[in-house]
This record gives sequence, structure tokens and C-alpha cells, in this order.
Amino acid sequence: MFYREAGQFKTNYVSDSAIFPLREDRIGIGLIIAAAYALAFLGNDFLLQAVMIPFLIFSLASIGLNILTGYTGLLSLGTGAFMGVGAYACYKLMTAFPDVNVIVWIFVSGFFSAAIGALFGLPSLRIKGFYLAVATLAAQFFLQWCFIRIPWLVNYNVSGALDAPLRTFFGVPIMGPNATPQTRYLLVLTIVILLTWLASNLVHGRIGRMWIAIRDMDLAAELMGIRPLQTKLLAFAVSSYYCGVAGALLVFLWYGGAEYDVFNINQSFFILFMVIIGGLGSLIGSFFGAALIFILPIVLGIVLPAVLSPFGISVGSDTIEHLRFMIVGALIIFFLIVEPHGLARLWQIGKQKLLVWPFPY
Amino acid sequence: MRAPDHPILSKGDVLLAVENVSLGFGGVKALTDVSFDIRKSEIRAIIGPNGAGKTSMLNCINGFYYPTQGQITFKGVKRPKMRPFEAARGGIARTFQNVALFKSMSTLDNIMAGRSIRMRSNFFWQLFRHGPALKEEVEHRRFVEEIIDFLEIQHIRKTPVGRLPYGLQKRVELGRALAMEPDLLLLDEPMAGMNLEEKEDMSRFILEVNQQYGTTIALIEHDMGVVMDLSDRVVVLEYGRKIADGTPDEVKRDQRVIDAYLGVAH
Repeated sequence: MFYREAGQFKTNYVSDSAIFPLREDRIGIGLIIAAAYALAFLGNDFLLQAVMIPFLIFSLASIGLNILTGYTGLLSLGTGAFMGVGAYACYKLMTAFPDVNVIVWIFVSGFFSAAIGALFGLPSLRIKGFYLAVATLAAQFFLQWCFIRIPWLVNYNVSGALDAPLRTFFGVPIMGPNATPQTRYLLVLTIVILLTWLASNLVHGRIGRMWIAIRDMDLAAELMGIRPLQTKLLAFAVSSYYCGVAGALLVFLWYGGAEYDVFNINQSFFILFMVIIGGLGSLIGSFFGAALIFILPIVLGIVLPAVLSPFGISVGSDTIEHLRFMIVGALIIFFLIVEPHGLARLWQIGKQKLLVWPFPY
Repeated sequence: MRAPDHPILSKGDVLLAVENVSLGFGGVKALTDVSFDIRKSEIRAIIGPNGAGKTSMLNCINGFYYPTQGQITFKGVKRPKMRPFEAARGGIARTFQNVALFKSMSTLDNIMAGRSIRMRSNFFWQLFRHGPALKEEVEHRRFVEEIIDFLEIQHIRKTPVGRLPYGLQKRVELGRALAMEPDLLLLDEPMAGMNLEEKEDMSRFILEVNQQYGTTIALIEHDMGVVMDLSDRVVVLEYGRKIADGTPDEVKRDQRVIDAYLGVAH
């Protein structure tokens, strides 16, 4: 009823090839962004600090991996390490040049991980699939080794940990112990929205088509004149850029300080699961995946005791923890069986159905 | 369409010359001492029984294989060892025996992907989808729409090609190759697995491409009726060797060709 294609005529190619061709979609996305900003003023500190900030950061990392694995079809297990490169680069930059605004350094730190990512992407010209995953595993272990063994990276800090120094933006603390969750949330939200917008421009244009061409049929892509090495390396670089910025945000705007083991192989798998569950080759899927893998367990931790207690069942917190794992695990399997292409496909099918509702087709 | 980069060739000049090309995989000889040429604006058919080396020949021409002996001259320039994307940038487009489309993309995006090498706007503008990037997107979209109109596939413009029937997929693949505005178009069995009507449509498109745009076409096809009707000259391969070369009528009367196709009484 309220979601219709009818009556919206495209009179030029610009509007026909727009990223959101439907007016309803544009309104929807505007509402979501407005709501996200409103949340900064309505939500409490727990919601912002423990749910929304990490959710956005993981979404950003998922977008990064999705560009590589989802759009270009190159499997990578080095996400955690590439995030680490961003975080360490950001730390070095902002301690070496404290006068430059830290927001600049957050964006610049991504270029360091982009360079490292492109370097480790070189084998992708020759190898594909699982073999490439193993090659990126080398990046994961080598870079983690660097984080541990090169004290220069943490400015010879005896604890070996990264810590977020106090940084301000027009006098308002945005990083460090004095920054409120609200300001950090606003900063993270703005960065994530900006980078998501840029990513969606990229994947809907020539470069996105080249990536998908390489994924779907690399031989034919080469015969279209698409250079395989450059295209793949560009995917590695852009993907690592997103991961790097996400890593910097993770440490300095969420944890406030972290050690090398934040960027271990588990982190890589964590992001990979988000991408697979959310939907390979979909930006919105990256958000869905992050929500399912990250937010759902938190919600269950709150909802389960509340649901069980009226029945007189009191369970210990450790049992809740186990239940949480079981339910999330079962849901992951359920979603993968129902829709192997991820939540993004479910979302798309839902939208298609809504377009013709109440008729079946 | 586009003026050739190198010497300006007029109709009838040699566009591509294959000289004494041999190709071997270990002990297996796929091609032995094959020579022929393709002239500007003609339709050249390569025929032969199964396993004669026709597809290997195309693969040599567009850089998938590098001949073990002999050389290939394209637009008057002897070709160095080149990769497929370099051949594509040089003006050689190709369709495949088994459709090789980008399955998850729409018809429109597939053909747009064929325009990739002609799109120039840099990464920065792509990021913002503004200025030159958007302008270019629209310009190329206009060109792609012409191809879509030409091939009569307007109705499937936004359909993911994986869902299309085989005949239409073949047509989209032709569209994608045309989007490159090639100087030389290689078609590997463009009518395999088609019914009569689809074959007639495809023949019409091939002739129109050749006549309207002057595109040189080399095609491999098993349907002799189609080959004899469409092509200006035919080269016949058998067991990796050239056994005949000439107009369809000459080839049809050639005793070795008849033997190759019908067998010889012993």
C-alpha cells in the first residue's frame, strides 16, 4: 500500500541508475539516519557504549571484508590484522603529531592498512578460494607478530598496550577517558555513514562492476579488458582501508585502550561470520550481519532472564551464557539453511513482496 | 564505431594474420602450422570436426594461449606475448561456447561492464559518484541502451542474467562483446543449442553488426547452413591442421573437406 513503484517515472538515466531509485527507500534511509542521530540524545550510556558503538564499528569492518570477499570473491582471513594495522598506525600518528586533529588521523590510518592489505593481496593473482585464505592467514600471523615484537609501534610503552589519549574537537573531548559515550557515538556514526555512502558509490559504479565481474567469471572479465591484478589489488586496498579505520575506531573510540590480542584470528572469523550471515555482496547485509552476531547475544542476555523468571525458573548467569551461545548458534544455522545468501537476500525478498502486496505477484 | 588505433585499414585489408602457428600441450599438438588471415569487415568462419582446434585457435588470437611456434599479426603489428586483457584493449572481443556472463549482474550491468575499458573517470570521482563519474555513467548508459535496442532485449534490462533462458543469455553475451566496440569480434559457437527461430535472430544480428558497424567477425559454428550463408570466407581445420580455405562454395566442393566431414571409404 505504502511501498509502491507505480507512478514514479524515470525520465533520465541519472534517476534510473540512482542507488535508491524508489522514493520510499530514500525516505526510509533518511528516517533511519535521523533515528540513529536521535538515539545519541535519547539512549542511555549502556545502549550507546555497549551496543551501538561496537555495532557500528563491526558493521564498518564487515563492509570492508564484504568489498573483498562479497564483491570481489576473494576470501580473506586477515581482517583482524588489517584492523590492527589501522589502530597501530592511528596511534603512532596521533602521538607523533598531537596537534593535528585526531579525526584526520583516523582517516589517514586507513591508508596504512590499505597499503599493507594491497601488499598481502599480491598472491591473489595466482591463487583463489581456500588457498588465498591460507595466504591471508600469513598476513594475520605475521602482522600480529609485529604488533607484539615491535615495541616502537606502542612507543615503547612497557605494558605493550595501546591507550587512547585525550583528544578534543573544538574543545569537546572526543577521545580518551573524558569523552562521553554520546560524543564518541556521534563521531563513530558520522564516520560510518560517510564511509558507507562512499562504499555504496563505489560498488554501484564502474569499479563495483569490475569487482563483481572478477568474482562471477574472471576469464570473461579479463577479456573485457579488465586487468585482474589491479582490480584485485584495488579491492584489497579499499577493503583494508575500511578495516583499518574500523580497527582505529575499535580501539580508540570503543575500548579506550587495547592490546595486540584484540586483533587475533578470532576477530577475523568474527567479521567473516558477520559478512556470511549478513549476505555476501551487500552493504546493508553487513549491518544485518553485525546486528545478528553482535547485538543478538546482548539482547538475549537481557531478555532470557526476564522471560524465564515469571515461570519460576531461575537460572544462573553461566547458564544464560550457555543458552545464549546455543540460541545464536542455532539461529545462524537456521538462517543459513533458510537463505544461504544471507539476511540481505531475505530483506530483498521481503521488499519485493511488499511492492506487490497484498497480491502474491 | 571507433577508428582503429594503428594504420587505418580499409575494407578488405588484412586485419589479422595467423602465420604458421603451432600450439602444443606437452605431447598433444592442438594446432600444427596453421596460417590464414582475417580481412577487415569480413565474416570469417572457422569450421572443422570436434577437436579440430578451432577454440584453441581463438584462444591463441585473444591471448589465452601463446603459440609455441609461429606468429600472429594484428592491425599490421606483430604481436608480442600478450595477456587477454591486452588483446581486449587492442580491440578483440569474444563470446564463449558456454555462456560466460556475470551471472549475478543484470543485463544492463553486464553490458555496462563491457564498457569498462572505455570509462576513464578516476577513483576519486567514482567515490563521490559525481562530476565526471556520473556524466560518464550516463554517456555509456546511452550507448548501452543502443545495444539493448539493437538486440531487442529491452524487457530484460534489469533482470539478473542468471535467470534468463539460454538463448537470451547468448544474446546478452553478444551485447557485452559489442559494448567493447571491437575491431575484431570472435564468436565461439554463437548458435549452439538454439532453436531455428533463435538461430535466425542471431544470424540477423551478426549480419547487422557486420554491415552497420563494419565490425570484422570470426566465428566458429557447426551449423553448416548458417556458416555457408553468413560467411564471406571459410577456413577448415582438421586435427589441428588447415585443410581448406576459401569462399563457402570452394570449401563445399573441396574433396578433403568432404572427406573430413563424411569420412573416407577405405
